[in-house]
Formats: sequence, structure tokens, C-alpha cells
Amino acid sequence: MAIFRNPFDHRFRLSSKGCSCGQHGSEAEHAAAAAADGLAASSDETLRLRRSVENAVMRALFPVDEQRRNFLKVVGASTAYAAINTLFPIAAATDVLAQGAPLEKKDLKVGFIPITCATPIIMAAPMGFYSKQGLNVEVIKTAGWAVIRDKTLNKEYDAAHMLSPMPLAISMGVGSNAIPYTMPAVENINGQAITLAMKHKDKRDPKSWKGFKFAVPFDYSMHNYLLRYYLAEAGLDPDTDVQIRSVPPPEMVANLRADNIDGFLAPDPVNQRAVFDGVGFIHMLSKEIWDGHPCCAFAASKEFVTTYPNTYSALLKAIIEATAFATKTENRKQIAEAIAPPNYLNQPVTVVEQVLTGTYADGLGQVKRDAKRIDFDPFPWESFAVWILTQMKRWGQIKGDVDYAGVAKQVFLATDATRLMKEAGLTPPTATTKTFSVMGKVFDPAKPEEYIASFPIKRT
Amino acid sequence: MRQTSLRLRAGIVSLTILLVFGLAWHIGVSGSGPTQQMDPEYAKLMGQTAVQGKSAMPGPLDVLAKIWSHLKEPFYDRGPNDKGIGIQLAYSIGRVLLGYGLAMLVALPLGFLIGMSPLMARALDPFIQIMKPVSPLAWMPLALYTIKDSSISSIFVIFICSLWPMLINTAFGVSSVRKEWLNVARTLEVGPIRRAFTVILPAAAPTIVTGMRISIGIAWLVIVAAEMLVGGTGIGYFVWNEWNNLSITNVITSILVIGLVGMILDQALARVARAVSFPE
Repeated sequence: MAIFRNPFDHRFRLSSKGCSCGQHGSEAEHAAAAAADGLAASSDETLRLRRSVENAVMRALFPVDEQRRNFLKVVGASTAYAAINTLFPIAAATDVLAQGAPLEKKDLKVGFIPITCATPIIMAAPMGFYSKQGLNVEVIKTAGWAVIRDKTLNKEYDAAHMLSPMPLAISMGVGSNAIPYTMPAVENINGQAITLAMKHKDKRDPKSWKGFKFAVPFDYSMHNYLLRYYLAEAGLDPDTDVQIRSVPPPEMVANLRADNIDGFLAPDPVNQRAVFDGVGFIHMLSKEIWDGHPCCAFAASKEFVTTYPNTYSALLKAIIEATAFATKTENRKQIAEAIAPPNYLNQPVTVVEQVLTGTYADGLGQVKRDAKRIDFDPFPWESFAVWILTQMKRWGQIKGDVDYAGVAKQVFLATDATRLMKEAGLTPPTATTKTFSVMGKVFDPAKPEEYIASFPIKRT
Repeated sequence: MRQTSLRLRAGIVSLTILLVFGLAWHIGVSGSGPTQQMDPEYAKLMGQTAVQGKSAMPGPLDVLAKIWSHLKEPFYDRGPNDKGIGIQLAYSIGRVLLGYGLAMLVALPLGFLIGMSPLMARALDPFIQIMKPVSPLAWMPLALYTIKDSSISSIFVIFICSLWPMLINTAFGVSSVRKEWLNVARTLEVGPIRRAFTVILPAAAPTIVTGMRISIGIAWLVIVAAEMLVGGTGIGYFVWNEWNNLSITNVITSILVIGLVGMILDQALARVARAVSFPE
């Protein structure tokens, strides 16, 4: 991650347009390099904090990045560091940042749904990421998305794990009262899959799925939009050719076994659990539909953010630290062991491990390897929100004119996240939107209406 | 003599039914299906049901072992989402008693009022008739929205479901006290309060307690569903959590425990009913 790069190295750019660090052509390449970068998930917090302070100082001194690089090339990094340290005591500033501001509230409750998407929220408790920030966080398992929403509104929970389309839907008053929600961090990217019942193992072409009954976790979920997108690309109308039901994840495997549904696009560990129990097979991972798609989110009420700003920063910092730790593939086994027990996911360790390490049984006798089956990246790109809104409109969940950019900015809080990530000792990407492609089709966040119009199957 | 022998014979029949059922269950789930040829690396990633063709349904011995492991350690506490079955039961019973107690405080006086006053009986009748058939769980979203606390919401749901049988039975019991007894009380110039406590209450007590017994049964049925819905703590949450893990063994264990506690609650009120009943 560029966040932790040494700003005293003239080879790196601190501000950029391409990917978040400017070194790579795309965000994907950047992420690949970041995973390889030891510093990305370094447990040495002091070093990372120091880097972020240094970054801030260097940016302030050299608003034009070119100047910094030239300066460093001329005088050399160590001389420059010594010179600047006399102007600005970097070590002292790092200490101040490490201590942080006093916390308004130490005992917090954070709700989660027992799926691997919630990994950073959950693991931060047993692995001590919350306590490192001086917080005493209880992570509470919750039965469903509606309940988690209500409990967060009731202030029983200070913050919660939600599906990333939920804050958008709630803020717009779709499917509930309009209440401003904040979504400062995406939990995970990828990590979902289409699972089909064993009896369909020869029907691998979605064109032959007419009449199937599918389950998704919630109407306002990436799962619903991705499944609809995938089916529509195969020429099936998701509203008339198949049936899509909203089923809570724990019931999915039981329903698949009982032959009530033909398949589902679900969060893990549900997919792997179906394979583990010999009920279904993994048809494809969601990353094959859209590599790097967001799924779940870390959300809190606007009120919590404004009433307890320091607590909120500390909480978010813990989550982002945990996310950074989870990004590293070699830590995944350890995480699986930490989150599998009954207090958290309540699943066999092998199942969770297969999901997190990406070395998994596909249900058809093959062992597959894909280290990016699930990945973790906290930045809430506004363009993700725009894409979700286009799909809401495409399938008739919202009607009329939509202020795509406005709603995205209001809810996904990429600008706010940028500030909070800086406070948490990280350097976020400078842009808040990016283009990406879904099943090979490029999405331009600046032209949402044209994007919707380009689909043959839609409800508008 | 004949009484005991009947009891003995009934006991033997019960035991036989249990044994036959257990045996059938055991035979039904044991034995493995066709074992599939799998590459060992793949097999390591798969569960028992997939590899050995083992039935997904646990056998009676698995369930007994599970019950024993729960009985050995009923009160462990490993964090907010993993507590022993004893603690979960205590939470559920606590909620039921609280909601039930509140319902009693409302239903008994209100029932008296309705039973003694034909006017109030007519006036309140439409409300009672509409509210009575509503499934208590239908109140849950409304309760969560207005009360803004999931634990109090489940207590409220218990309250609302145990209210109606008690209210209706109390009203019925009070209104059907024999006229002769009331007339005797009137001739003796007994005051209204004394009349209520010394004549009407003992006369209506058997009907009232029957209502209370129906209520506690319903309350215990509803708490499990309510806790499955809101989660957190309680035996209902325990069932939901184990369902999430597809652990049928634990689900069967909790079914047995729920049945047992329900029976104890019912028997307790049956004793009260025997204590207040009188021969006419």
C-alpha cells in the first residue's frame, strides 16, 4: 500500500491520478504490489505511524511532488531526513499521533452477521486490534440485516456490519425510513460465489438455467445485483425467467439440501459450507463477474460519528489496522482460527480457512487455488456507489431522476473516509472515483444513465 | 393396587415406545452411503457427510453425548456470543417471567373490571377480539421500532401474548360466579372490596389459573421464536446459532431442553390450579 511508502524515496510519487499510489497503471496492479509489500500489513505500528507523519510533513513542504523528488535526488534521503527533522520533530509528532485524543466512550458494541465478509470487524476483537486503540468492544452476532439496521438505529449498537447497498437504500428511504447513514469503510472485496445444487453439475451454462429458483441474502445486496447482472448477460430475465428470493444465509444450505432452491449467490462461508456438506458445488466466484467488487461495509449512525469523534476515529483505526493485517495472505490461516469458534462464525475451521486462504474444494472433486477469492480493502470508492445506484434503477428499486454523484458522495463518504484514514495513520488514495469493468464491460461513473440504457434487459 | 399397576404398565409402554423410536432412529441414520473416490488433498477439505456418505442427521448416541457435554458445563461464558445452555435458559426464563408478571398485573385487575361490569365488557370487547388473534411475533418490528431496545421488545412480545388468555379467562370467571353467592353476600351487606376478595376471587380462581396456565405455555412457545428473531441471548438465540452452524445435534438437544422447561412451567401452574380448585 502506498500509504506506508517511504516519502524520503524519490522513486515514489505521493500524489497521483492513476492508481492510489501512482506507481501502477491500475488499481489491480497496485493491489498486487501492495500485497507483496511487507510494509502494507506490517505489525510495526510505530514505523507506519512515523511514515504517515513523514508523508504529511513532506507533502506540506513540497506541494508539487516533482520538487520533492528532485530535492531528494540532489541531497539524498538521509540528509533530507536530518534536515527536515530539525524543522519538524517527526519522532515527537509520531508519539502524539500514537497516543491519540482522549476517548469519549470506551465500551462499545458492534453488530455483525456471521459471514466471512465481517472478518475485519470480528477478528479485531480476538486479535486485540480494538484493545490496542484503548477500546473495549463487544462484537455481537445478529440474526439478520433488518435487525442489525434496527439495533444500530436504536443505539444498541454503536456501529455495525452492513451490506454496502444498505446505507444507500436507507439514506434514500428505499425499503425503510430515510435516515442519514455513514459508511466510512468497505469491509471486503470479492468473497462471494454462485453455488448450485449437485444435481445441476452438468448445467454450467447460465443459458440453461431457465426456471431455476435462486436465493440471495437481501434485496439490497451486491449479491442480488451481481446475480441479476450475470443472468441478464446470459440473456435470462431475472424477474421472469428465474425466481430470486431473499433468504437469510443460515437457511440457504438447508434449503439447498431440501431441494427448495436450485442455487444461490451468497456470502461465504455459506458456499464453502454447502460444498463441505456435499450439498452443492461452487459454479463460479463473484470475482469472476467483477474482480474487486465491494460487498459488506462498516457503517455507523451519523449521530455516533458527531457525538464521539475520537472514539469513532479509534474504532475505524482498529478496523483499518485489522483490514491491513487481513490483506496479507500469510496471516489468513491465523485469522481463520481466530474467527471460526462458536463465539464468532461458529463454523468448522477448515471451512473458514478454505474461504480465507483461497485454496478450496469446489465440490466437483477439484482443489482450486485463488488467493484473491476474498480480499480486504477499506476505501469506499464513490464509483462503487454509483454502480450500485445504476443497478437499483435498472431493476426498478428506485425510480425517476437519481442524483448519482450526489447520493454517492453523501453516503459513501469517501472524502470523510480520506480524513479519517489519515487520522488513523494511513494515507488514502487521492481520487474518490475510478472506472472498472463488470464481465468485461467498462463502467464509467460519469455516465450512469448511458450505462443503464446500454443494457437490453432492464425495468426502466 | 390397580392404580399402581396401571401406572407401571403405562411406564413400561412409554419406555418401549422410547426404545423402539431410538432404535429406529439409530438404524435410520447409521450406515454410510457409497464412499466416493477422492483425492486425499480434496477429501481433507470436505466434511464427513460428503466424504464418507455419512447421514447429515445425527444419531441418538450423538445427541446423548451432546446433552452430556452441555450438562457437564451448563454455565460457561466464552464471550458475548457463546454462553452455556444454562445461562441461555436463565435469560429466556427471566424474560418470560418478567413479561408474564407484567401481563398478570394488567390482565387480572382489567379482567375483574370487565367481568363485573357488563358495560366495560361490551365496550372493550371489539379491541380484545381484534388484538387476541394477532401473532405475537407480528408485534416485534413495531416493538423494535418504538421501544428501541431488543431485550425489552422481546419482553413486550411475551407480555402481549400472555395478556389475552389471562384477561379473557379472568373476565369469564368473574362474570360467571354463581348469582346465589353474590346475593348471599349482598344480604349480609358485604362491601364491594371485601366481596371481590372473599367471594368472587375464590370462586373465579380455578378459571383464572387455567388462563394463567394457557398463558405461560404460549409465552414459552413465543420466547423461543422471539429470540431467534432478535438474537443476542436466550435459548432461541442458541437454536438459531446452532442452525447457522447446521448443527442438528445441538438443535435436537435444545428442542429437548425447551420441552423440559416448558413442562416444568406448566406443571408448576397445574399445582397452583389444584390448590385453588374446590368441590361444589
